[in-house]
Amino acid sequence: MVASTSSGRRVGVVGVGHTPFGRRSDATVQELAFEAFRDAVTDAGITRDVIDATVVGSVPEYHKQRSLAGVIQEYLGLAPRPTWLTEAACASGSAAIRTAWLAIKAGIHDIVAVIGCQKMTELDTAEILALMGRVGEVQWESGFGTTFPGYYAMFARRHMHEFGTTRQQLVEVAVKNHHYGSLNPMALFRKEITEEKAAASEAVADPFRVYDCCANADGAACVILASEERAREIAAVPVWLAGMGCASASMSVLRRPHLTGLPSAERAAAEAYAMAGVTAQDIRVADVHDCFTIAEIMAYEDLGFCPRGEGGRFIEERRSYVGGTVPVNVDGGLKAKGHPIGATGVSMTYDIVKQLRGEAGERQVPDADVGLTHNVGGIGQYCFVQVLTRE
Amino acid sequence: MFKWFGLVNYAPHTKVAEFATHLKDGRLVGSRCAACGAHTFPPRADCDACMSPDFTLVEVSGRGVVHTYTTISAAPSGFEQLAPYRLGLVDLEDGGRALACFGDTLADADVAIGMPVQVVPRLAEEREAITVYYTLERPGTPWPRTPLDG
Repeated sequence: MVASTSSGRRVGVVGVGHTPFGRRSDATVQELAFEAFRDAVTDAGITRDVIDATVVGSVPEYHKQRSLAGVIQEYLGLAPRPTWLTEAACASGSAAIRTAWLAIKAGIHDIVAVIGCQKMTELDTAEILALMGRVGEVQWESGFGTTFPGYYAMFARRHMHEFGTTRQQLVEVAVKNHHYGSLNPMALFRKEITEEKAAASEAVADPFRVYDCCANADGAACVILASEERAREIAAVPVWLAGMGCASASMSVLRRPHLTGLPSAERAAAEAYAMAGVTAQDIRVADVHDCFTIAEIMAYEDLGFCPRGEGGRFIEERRSYVGGTVPVNVDGGLKAKGHPIGATGVSMTYDIVKQLRGEAGERQVPDADVGLTHNVGGIGQYCFVQVLTRE
Repeated sequence: MFKWFGLVNYAPHTKVAEFATHLKDGRLVGSRCAACGAHTFPPRADCDACMSPDFTLVEVSGRGVVHTYTTISAAPSGFEQLAPYRLGLVDLEDGGRALACFGDTLADADVAIGMPVQVVPRLAEEREAITVYYTLERPGTPWPRTPLDG
């Protein structure tokens, strides 16, 4: 059953923090977590002793350190208060926010810090490539040499076949996200790219080239959630988690009903919209999971920003730029901001909160009062959609 | 048995391990639920429709059409020497899908969505790691097959 209403207490975001994303061989993962946590506590104007619990979103196999949540809790000085880790591949950050939201709604905790963190560069290239080779379903797919880009490349091929989506339209997603990344001080790539440069980059998995793919990065982000009562005390402008959608889909592409979108995203979006009492037309700014260029085009469609099949035209007509129908990934997205996989979902919420508060600087979307995040795990086996609002 | 199948396989002991035995003898099999008759490819032990644990393996034709495809240039560990290699996802006429590499009977220029292909069981004794697998080939491509008894 899809949850269309939400009983229990409202939950607000009262503080947000973020490290720059990039190669951070200068810091341990708990030191990265501390940077984002300190930033969020300062932003909230609270002291750490009011925090009841911490949820960490991270993907354990990329770290040398085992049992990361306990290690972070100790380093933040929050022991003996409770902490736990959530894992949902590249959606681990949003999964962590969801479990913190559940704990507050249930009345178990009043203030919970959520930390998404990942230090991708702890592994060497050979270790990353070995992990990459196991991203698919291991019994029936990985043995043939599937890769992450390879799966999304097969989605892209099918989308191009059914709807006439073009290579040019894919490139335009990367150009947009690099444009906004160039304006984001937290982004890994702070430079514009040209269509010519993207089109001439090295082949990865046809039709993708390097500039169709997001980049691994190190980094952390933190959001502090509170019950409505505490949120109103703490925050000048609380941002509410008004709609929280969550769904899964088969990991195996052998069992997907179609390959031109993510069924988990369609369902999670429907749930989030219903819970928040809004429609796709109400969304003023969105952060979507653009791990590959086609993923952003499919997200426009899965989220209802445009009809199925029209995602290519949506970017071509610049309707996802500031000033367009729904500005999307005006923080640079995974593509330019970088993708520290456990941190990404929390980073999305960070950016949408900044937008709704009017603190996004030269990337600010005018009159942004309803925002959305769309965080995908794996090739869509997990999807979390949040609708955020301010009064 | 599953040690024959796949470059690195973490599932040497599965309830559908006989799939590999059939493949070695040139037969591609799916599963049929003994309780409700639901057919599944690739095979699975636990019926997706009625949850029954009772099943038989039944041979499928392996004929299908290409649903989508890609060419992998950036390969994961163990596949570096094969790159670039072509992967296809096939809708099978008997139901279900298969994902596999395109074989030598199909040139790059031939590969397109909607084209008919034949899933062909393969033995690759030159490679220790993969000895049994299957490829996507031009329809009508022959292969050695041991008939099932009875």
